[in-house]
Amino acid sequence: MAGITSPGPVREPDLEDTKERRRSMDLRAPWRRRELIALLGAAGAGPALAQFRVEVTGVGLTQLPIAIVPFRGEAALPQKIASIVQADLERSGQFRGIDAAGSPELDETSRPDLSPWRQKAADSLAVGSVTRLADGRYDVRYRLWDVVKGEDRGGQSFVVPALDLRLAAHHIADAIYEKLTGDKGIFSTRIAYVTKAGTRYNLWVADADGENAQSALASPEPIISPAWSASGTQLAYVSFESRKPVVYVHEIASGKRRLIANFRGSNSAPAWAPDGRTLAVTLTREGGSQIYTIPAAGGEPRRITQSGSIDTEPIYSADGRSIYFVSDRGGSPQIYRMSASGGDPQRVTFTGTYNISPALSPDGRWLAYISRIGGAFKLQVMELATGTVQSVTDTTADESPSFAPNGRLIIYATRQGGAEALMTTTLDGKIKARLPGRGGDIREPDWGPFRR
Amino acid sequence: MIKRVFLALACAAALAGCASGVKLDDVPVEDKQSTAVTTPPSGTATPSTADASRVAPVDATRGSTEAAGPTGVARIVYFDYDSNVIKPEFQALIEQHARFLKANGARHVVVEGHTDERGGREYNLALGQRRSEAVRRALELLGVKDSQVEAVSFGKEKPAVPGSDETAWAQNRRAEIAYR
Repeated sequence: MAGITSPGPVREPDLEDTKERRRSMDLRAPWRRRELIALLGAAGAGPALAQFRVEVTGVGLTQLPIAIVPFRGEAALPQKIASIVQADLERSGQFRGIDAAGSPELDETSRPDLSPWRQKAADSLAVGSVTRLADGRYDVRYRLWDVVKGEDRGGQSFVVPALDLRLAAHHIADAIYEKLTGDKGIFSTRIAYVTKAGTRYNLWVADADGENAQSALASPEPIISPAWSASGTQLAYVSFESRKPVVYVHEIASGKRRLIANFRGSNSAPAWAPDGRTLAVTLTREGGSQIYTIPAAGGEPRRITQSGSIDTEPIYSADGRSIYFVSDRGGSPQIYRMSASGGDPQRVTFTGTYNISPALSPDGRWLAYISRIGGAFKLQVMELATGTVQSVTDTTADESPSFAPNGRLIIYATRQGGAEALMTTTLDGKIKARLPGRGGDIREPDWGPFRR
Repeated sequence: MIKRVFLALACAAALAGCASGVKLDDVPVEDKQSTAVTTPPSGTATPSTADASRVAPVDATRGSTEAAGPTGVARIVYFDYDSNVIKPEFQALIEQHARFLKANGARHVVVEGHTDERGGREYNLALGQRRSEAVRRALELLGVKDSQVEAVSFGKEKPAVPGSDETAWAQNRRAEIAYR
């Protein structure tokens, strides 16, 4: 995208810098004019999904107490910035919201009296404002206070069109999260997933909190295995619309898509190499399910597994040098690792007789996968350096795990109370959030990358 | 037997609600018909710099056709759990389809493999493929040309029968012979 951003977090003018004070940063990359899309998204079929709901199951967690005062000017708007920020931070499980009711009106220019906040046991206080500009856009500003030390932790300004007010709130949540935990936030990232309502399948792109779902694809036949490219602009997926599984690469913003694997037999399990130039896929063109690499632009595939067994579900490591995959060459499905160009695989899972659906944390330290244990399908998290495995859910029909780009959360599909739902969990299983499917079934989540 | 035929025809009819078959090429078909459903916002940046948040919906709904094969012959082979072995009771069915295909060299079938609902989607896609390939191999052993048969899989995505008990599962572990 020409002339847009630098890699990494977008730098905002600090409000303390008087030279910058009058200039608002207009972030052209993540903020897009979405009037058309809002219309199309709203008009499209499909469930308007509620937000993820947090369920905290661990005890004795360290949660940072933070108070977020309603932003000056938000009362008149449909998007309550402070609530969105608070919901984001609480959903991470690492923050506990302190009740801000009864607070005097504060904004980013205030010098607040911090003693009442100390009394409420808040460690941090966030304040801000939303101001409508002459051209119809909004200037959303915040400032973070360290209540304990009595220090100003700085703030930022975001100028956005009305349709991107939620996104501005998510960026504020990301910024606060990063200031206080040292980790990058994922609140402004997106997820993809599939819903099924009767005979209608939709591939959705939504915000990480479940809001703002827009349909990328509607089909009378199944859609499975959506996979985000590292750029966040494309989704690969398997579609059965031509009555056999084939793999598309789909540019989300334009709807343009390319059929990259329609070889004889079944084509499935797309996985992007980190550089976006290659995908690994499972093809059956030579008989049996084997893994091939293929250029993202389409072209001749190159076979990289050589077995008479099922080899499938490839995923790349973050450095692009290894591929983890599922193989039943040992008699039942287990997870293996091999060089991305093919070669002798090493077995990675040794517990149990059925281990599938590998997902790798971006730092390469953790492997999430699904294990069949006594008939139940359960999400497992393995620390690769030690091989220690932990079961992190109490549900029995878990599927399709995917890591958030900061490596702190895993999204997966499961069944609860007879209905399909998406869940997120921290790696230790202690904090979960649930997004129920409305009416229809919901499955096949994939977490998108950091937004550029 | 009649019930089986009706079930098979019902299944075929249900599956018929979609696009006509794909050519059996070994070369990937470049999809030149991909639709850009939306126009970029007027007067602003070029599409490549347009909305990072925009999602343009694509509708893959299509019409359908289903070709005819040998009349009165069952089209579904059922499998045991975790198995792609063709049981003896299905041998006659396969022989009848082989006879038809050898007599009608221009006809094509797609063998569609399925699993029951238990297990992961991609691994089940591969298991379903084992079933359809078993039927394909059986047809070819009887002299049907390789070019007349394609084996694909739907994994667990298209159960014939809803339900989460062995009765339903047994009816979903199958390979269907579809003339396209």
